[in-house]
Order: sequence, then C-alpha cells, then structure tokens
Amino acid sequence: MNEYQQNGKLSHYWRLFRSPSAQYSLGALLSIGFVAGIIFWGGFNTAMELSNTETFCISCHEMEENVYKEYQDTIHYNNRSGVRAVCSDCHVPKDWTHKLVRKIRATNELFHKVLGTIDTPEKFEAKRLQMAQHVWKTMKETDSRECRNCHDYQSMDYTEQKKRSVQQHIQGFDAGQTCIDCHKGIAHSLPSMVEIDPSAVFQ
Amino acid sequence: MINKMKIILMLCLSPAIALTEPVYSLRGKASLYNESKTPEIKRLQNDSGPVPRAYVQQPPLIPHSTKGYVVNKKFNKCLTCHSWANAAESGATKISLTHFSDREGRDLSNVSARRYFCNQCHVPQMDAKPLVENTFQPIDVLQAP
Repeated sequence: MNEYQQNGKLSHYWRLFRSPSAQYSLGALLSIGFVAGIIFWGGFNTAMELSNTETFCISCHEMEENVYKEYQDTIHYNNRSGVRAVCSDCHVPKDWTHKLVRKIRATNELFHKVLGTIDTPEKFEAKRLQMAQHVWKTMKETDSRECRNCHDYQSMDYTEQKKRSVQQHIQGFDAGQTCIDCHKGIAHSLPSMVEIDPSAVFQ
Repeated sequence: MINKMKIILMLCLSPAIALTEPVYSLRGKASLYNESKTPEIKRLQNDSGPVPRAYVQQPPLIPHSTKGYVVNKKFNKCLTCHSWANAAESGATKISLTHFSDREGRDLSNVSARRYFCNQCHVPQMDAKPLVENTFQPIDVLQAP
C-alpha cells in the first residue's frame, strides 16, 4: 500500500497544490494565471451584468405579467425626454459591493420562484403588500440610494419646480424624509393601503 | 327701393342658407378619403392657486396636474394629501364633510362610495379654449364687492 492510497485522493491533490512546480516555468504559470484571471473576472462581471438586463428580469412570468405591465404605464418607462429606467436601475445598486450583496440576496427570490410563491396573479396580489414593504424598507434604509443615482436632491433646481413640489421637497428634506416616503407606487401598482393609510383607501 | 328689396330677399333666403349648411362631425370637413387635421394635444394646466367657483354648488376645480394619479379600490392618490388625516401635513384642502355621508344622508366613518372617485366631479383644467363663446357670469354672491 503506497502513500497515495493511504491518505486518499484529497491529500494527494493538496500536496500537489502546495509543492513547487518542477515542470513549468514561473513565467508560464504567471501568464496562465493572469489570462485565466481576466477570463474569470470578465466572465463573472458579464454574467452579473446580464442578470441586470430587463430581458433577464421578465424572463420570469411573475415579473412580466405583473410588475412589468404596470411599469409600462409609468413615467419611468415612457416620458418626454426618452430616458428610461429599467428594473435594475431602481432595484439593483450601482456600486460593486452593494450590487454583489443584492445579487446574493436574490437567491431568496430564486428559492421562491421554485416554490411558486407568487406564480399566479392572485398569489402575487396576496403577497404584494409584504413585497412592497420589503422594497420600501430597503429604500428607506439606504436613503433611496437607487433613486438618487439619477435624482440627486442637491442637483434639484427648486426654481424650475412647480409651486407644490418646491414646498413638499423642502418640507420633506428638512424633516429627514427620503424619496420613498412620499413617492410610493410610482412605477408599480400599489398594494391595498388599508394598513398604511386607511384614510386614503375605500373601505 | 332696390336696397329694401335686397334686404327682404336676404331675409327670405337666410333660413334656407342655414338649412343647407351641412353638419360636420368632429373630424371636420375632410372627406372620408382624406386624412383630417390632427387636433392639437391639450395640456394640463399646472399649478395655480384655487380656481374661483362659478356657482355655489360647483365642485371645486383641481388647480394642479393629476397625471399618473391612481384611484382604485385599493388606493386613492388624491386622498394621500386631501384626506382629513393627511391634509394638515400636506397643506392641501381637506375633502368636505359632505363626502362622509351616503345618499340617504346617514353619516359614515370614512369617505362614501359615491364620493370616492374624485374626478367624477373634480376635474383638472386643460389649456383648451372654449369651442363657443360663453357669456356666463358667476352669481353675484360669489363676486367680490
């Protein structure tokens, strides 16, 4: 019985991994490592970008038939200047670290996709408030970071805004409010707001 | 004498002229085989102060844009500012007490179904000129002395 059989395959590879190469030059190893690194990193980021496209998002019927349809009636889809904000512009952070965290969290969405938690319009509607509240909570916590990628309040020219907007914006920012505190349901249908604001719901 | 006759003739003929004038549909005088002139897109008038009422019972007009405002069973965008709970903070006019009773006059705890859909009565204004001249004047009790 030799050493290889005694210790099993794993320790053999571990030894191979740790021992210096006798066959290949350092240059060759470094070059291969460099190229492989580029391919891996490039591929990783490309895959991540691919999962940021609208096509990817609406490849699930849950998104296409509910939130995507609703969004098509809103200003973030069609507007006078032709600038469109797609799903990821609002729902995925731009900077790398936060983006990665969001992508990892999205595995929970994949889990519920498999479970079929919202696979009919009725199920979606039943969960709408809960899902909306998750998004509102996140946006509140990040001070509406994704909104501010485009709508930075420091770049707002109050003289160009309408009378009521100026008043509300100044009042809101002074009170430490963030975009989502008022601008709920601007891209998707709202859930029943009975629990949030009973004075603004038909009962 | 000739002038008098002319006038009499015109008076006799004028109803006939009026009758022969064809009635045009909204698409105007263009024939069915031609495209009619595209009507201008009217725009919402934005942001003015309260619009004066023309008669006492008139539902107040909406002096701001309501583009994208959703009013359905689950949610009423107007009430997020104009409800009694929100009016103080938003600075908007609160809906009147008349909105809290049903058609039998019984008091309700929240907005009545017949008052819930705001733009059945309250409407925003467009930049449209009146199609026909109008000499309507508000009643004197609505006019400042």
